[in-house]
Amino acid sequence: MTGSLADFQSRFVKSLFDKGVDSALTAEPAFAVYRNTVMSGCVDALQANFPSVARLVGIDWFRAAAATYVRAQPPRDGRMLMYGETFASFLADFEPACDLRYLAGVARLDRLWIEAHTAQDAAVVDDGWLASLSPEDLGALRLRPHPAARWCLFDDLPIYSIWAPNRLGIESVDEIVWQGEGALLTRPIDAVEWQTLDSPGCAFLDACAQGRLLADAAGASLDVYPDADIAALLSRLLSAGALICPTSNEERLA
Amino acid sequence: MLSGLGLKPEHHDAALACAAEGMWFEVHAENYLVAGGPRLRLLEAIRAVHPLSLHGVSLSLAGDTPLDAAHLKRLTALVRRVEPALVSEHLAWSTWNGINVPDLLPFPRSNDALRHIVSNIDQMQSALGRSVAIENPSHYLRIDGHEWDEIGFLKELVRRTGCGLLLDVNNVYVSSRNLGFDASTYLDEFPGDSVTEIHLAGHTVDPALGESLLIDSHDAPIAPEVWGLYRHLVERIGTRPTLIERDGNVPAFDALLSECQWATTELRRVAELVGQPS
Repeated sequence: MTGSLADFQSRFVKSLFDKGVDSALTAEPAFAVYRNTVMSGCVDALQANFPSVARLVGIDWFRAAAATYVRAQPPRDGRMLMYGETFASFLADFEPACDLRYLAGVARLDRLWIEAHTAQDAAVVDDGWLASLSPEDLGALRLRPHPAARWCLFDDLPIYSIWAPNRLGIESVDEIVWQGEGALLTRPIDAVEWQTLDSPGCAFLDACAQGRLLADAAGASLDVYPDADIAALLSRLLSAGALICPTSNEERLA
Repeated sequence: MLSGLGLKPEHHDAALACAAEGMWFEVHAENYLVAGGPRLRLLEAIRAVHPLSLHGVSLSLAGDTPLDAAHLKRLTALVRRVEPALVSEHLAWSTWNGINVPDLLPFPRSNDALRHIVSNIDQMQSALGRSVAIENPSHYLRIDGHEWDEIGFLKELVRRTGCGLLLDVNNVYVSSRNLGFDASTYLDEFPGDSVTEIHLAGHTVDPALGESLLIDSHDAPIAPEVWGLYRHLVERIGTRPTLIERDGNVPAFDALLSECQWATTELRRVAELVGQPS
């Protein structure tokens, strides 16, 4: 015996990530097989999970940055599909990316795409039922964001306009206006869909997520922008599949 | 169930439509441990027309640390949802101190390790409410501290937990070349009655070390030597559901299906030979 299973595993993992460690294990050339498999498995997963970032910076740059991330923050979940929860904030502080201020935001949207893709299923609000409500009942209604809906406001950068064409792997046809914008990702059934969402829209969904009445959500939206068109916003959110009805009638109508 | 294929996303439509006799599909469970969405719907669609096998790659049964409770709970939910014909995991570990590495790591087969693994398999089987098959891994490294040989260790796991065994013939071949033992002898000693599934895959030579180190890469057709070992194995133990694994350089569905048909032909021949229903 050379020690307990725990000792062996502790030495093995340290040797995987740090070439300075060990001994008998790492002296064997075949140890490199494990190092290579682990590193390429992690980097491949990041490349699959952050395709828009990879397309923007190129594969070589991406894989080098990803390898740095892997050494700093190895996976903590066996589902590699979920790896990279903190990749966006890593990129925000990553010195070689300091000239690419939009990169962290693009990574954030790639991450929201995965969250939307894997979230729980739920039936979207029935438009017909909603249309049958009186204005009073409508205002007293609580709608919730769909479990797969994700939204995010970027204050000073056109992250959505940079992300969307790169997510599709196409060249952008529109000239990008260099200002802040928000994004909404939804998955009403199978496919993740996306569109821009302005700050009143984000405030509206934030309020719905807090369980506030529809009238209060409209108020939150108007606080951000007094001329916001609430009817148009609600219609857009409904057709995007961003909202669901709470299941109990008590919760629906306060 | 005769021979089956690993399910690739790009082959979903062909897999759904495939009418080959005895066809079944296997997936890495981890890719479907999600709350909802299209992945689960596609898996359920496949399950509606073919038997399904859930093959876990990250539960880390040979870990010193307790099993990840959240992971096991998600796996249990998936097993209940799709009611797979087969469930399997590896004689390996991948978790340490909260870190999860995407690989199947080796360990000294000590009495200490045996205790941990028996307890982990017990926990997995009681959570899932069924027995699971444990797969022999590929070996690259000679490590110190073994108190059991691999076959003795696997037999002891079967004896203590009632688990089945998933015998990966390519892993045996790759390991025999890397560690220097005889693959035929290993397979002849393997407890055939416990085998509930067989894996076949391709391998490659290490780019740096060449022929002295084979890599279980799953990115090439199955080697003739591995077919030979497989033929000899099923002649001895009888037919078993046999999976063709392919994870890299994935060819068109039809190319994989023709590899699959090779295995099916072998299984039918053996079934006739021993008078066993295939």
